[in-house]
Amino acid sequence: MVKLKDLAQMEDRLVAGHGMCLGCGIPLIFKVVLRATEDPLVIANATGCLEVCTTIFPRTAWNVTWIHSAFENAASTIAGVEAMYNALKRKGKIPKDKTIKFLGTGGDGGTYDIGLQALSGTMERGHDVVYLCYDNNAYANTGGQRSSATPLGASATTSPAGTHSPGKLQWRKDLTKILTAHNIPYVAQASPSRWQDLYNKAKKAFEVEGPAFLNVLCMCPTEWKYDESKGVELAKIATDTCVWPLYEVENGKYKLNYKPKEKKPILEWIKPQGRFRHLFKEENAWVLEEFQKKVDEEWEELNRLASI
Amino acid sequence: MSTLKTLNGNQTIAEAVRQVDPDVMAAYPITPSTAIVETIAKFKADGLISGEFVCPESEHSAMSVCIGAASAGGRVMTATASQGLALMWEMLYIAAGLRLPIVAGIANRALSAPINIHGDHSDTMGARDAGWIQIYSENCQEAYDNFIQAFRIAEHLDVRTPVLVGLDGFIISHSMEVVQVEGDEKIKDFVGEYQSVYPLLDTSRKITVGPLDFTDYYFEHKRNQMAGIENAPGVIQQVGKEYGEKFGRYYGFFEEYRMEDAETCIVVMSSAAGTCKDAIDELRNEGKKIGLLKPRIFRPFPAKEIALALKGTRAVAVLDRSACPGAFGAPLFTEIRNALYDYDPRPKVVNYVYGLGGRDIKVEHFKDVAEKLDKIAETGKVEEIYGYLNLRE
Repeated sequence: MVKLKDLAQMEDRLVAGHGMCLGCGIPLIFKVVLRATEDPLVIANATGCLEVCTTIFPRTAWNVTWIHSAFENAASTIAGVEAMYNALKRKGKIPKDKTIKFLGTGGDGGTYDIGLQALSGTMERGHDVVYLCYDNNAYANTGGQRSSATPLGASATTSPAGTHSPGKLQWRKDLTKILTAHNIPYVAQASPSRWQDLYNKAKKAFEVEGPAFLNVLCMCPTEWKYDESKGVELAKIATDTCVWPLYEVENGKYKLNYKPKEKKPILEWIKPQGRFRHLFKEENAWVLEEFQKKVDEEWEELNRLASI
Repeated sequence: MSTLKTLNGNQTIAEAVRQVDPDVMAAYPITPSTAIVETIAKFKADGLISGEFVCPESEHSAMSVCIGAASAGGRVMTATASQGLALMWEMLYIAAGLRLPIVAGIANRALSAPINIHGDHSDTMGARDAGWIQIYSENCQEAYDNFIQAFRIAEHLDVRTPVLVGLDGFIISHSMEVVQVEGDEKIKDFVGEYQSVYPLLDTSRKITVGPLDFTDYYFEHKRNQMAGIENAPGVIQQVGKEYGEKFGRYYGFFEEYRMEDAETCIVVMSSAAGTCKDAIDELRNEGKKIGLLKPRIFRPFPAKEIALALKGTRAVAVLDRSACPGAFGAPLFTEIRNALYDYDPRPKVVNYVYGLGGRDIKVEHFKDVAEKLDKIAETGKVEEIYGYLNLRE
């Protein structure tokens, strides 16, 4: 098992000086994930918090080859880079013994929503790339609008809670399952609260031949509205309440990576976050019930799949 | 070895691709450019090309794959038409802004709505400010010649700007012609080795491509981008000349047909220029002093050269195969009239929109235009500055 001490000695590929918010989950995720391969790496980054906060010209926080072209196409962009790598390798313009890894990445806006088609295409075509979604449950870069990853009942600027609305009315899209349905070699859901699990999954994703997908829960103090010093704790609560289960699907086989000894009620996840504050009004009680019911159903289903 | 082959426009583009053998080809099928993609796929399946052929799930992704691949450091091409080019629109600007020498074959087709699969220039004219060099082809031979030259123009280190080559949908894309196809080795020689500039795959450099510019740098970077396309005219001329010396077919910014003593002139691009030449011949036989100017390069627009070619005439009709709703004339017309503004004397210039959605244009229509030009030349008066040809109203 990898030791934190060893990881700490590795060179940072995303260095200090970026402009991400205090307590943001993104740098934490990337500091772990980018240590999971020692090979040269090319990253294609969708428009979003990570892109904007790391590359304000003439500065860059990237100590690794990096490209941004647009919002909805990080997957197609990295697919193009990988295609060129294959062509030049075949033509002998890149030495046979040189290995380069490819990572496409975006938030839930760039992945669940506007970039879903490009991601699906890249995965289906079998490009040997890893795609990582940092899922902070909202369009955080543009000020916290709803996405299809925003949880039921969360107040977002385009699904605000009000006298006639309890916030977002829809259950979130299950992107990890959608990617699983692409029958790619490796799909995993991870959280920065369990860094070793995240590291292991990233390592597998980089090592597997063919496409791999990582869906990583990403704390966002700005849009979730909680004490920014408690982010990792909150991410842990997400796994303990089974709101964000940790699992992987390797060649079609489901595996649960974390089973809480005692499954906690969703209220522990909901209470610390300002985006859910209005759910404690009497008229919104049904949302909390519905939330718990859905989480229970999904957890049960996941356990069933993992037992096959 | 140079050979004569019977090919349609799409096949000529595919044949050029086979000979150039780009490193990455990424394209999504759309009528009428589908056969370009299919033919490339078959070449790949038969082992006739060595590059990677990618089938993205949309044109937006096709251009995104091209952008990733070109940034990675190699030769890249795509093909599309109409709605496909429209779907690429966002990425066209990014390809140009990142200075990526991607080459695209466009089987020009009308834009929806109403949906229509036939040839007009609405698609590429809609992309005229995207920062791409635009070359238009009259026939299959020109499509082949232009497509090969496009790589040299796009990739020239002083230019580094994407190039699109237009050929009229169906009229050229699906018409068989006898085409002079040059030898594979000669074409490979002509195009030469690709020279990478800041390739992503040189991972030792750890570069950041496509960062965020604020008010402090964006303007300068856009200005730098424009320098690339501003450097293109000299390169276009040089490449056209060199191509002529090698293969006997010379190319410049435009073709002048029977313009030597012309008092009136019709300006028209692409396939309609072929029909127009027949009309000019007939009119010349009738003793009329009329000529044709067929622009080949629309971006960068060779304003000075076209103005010098036209300034001695008395009346000019610019024929546009796209409309520009709400504007003072269609795209080619506004460029040409603008180019002539500083010359005195200068001809009267009128505009006719023709052929939208593939509507045919015949010799008789050009003759009608010639008659109107005669009247303008005679009286010095323009009754209608803007009109339509072969349209029921």
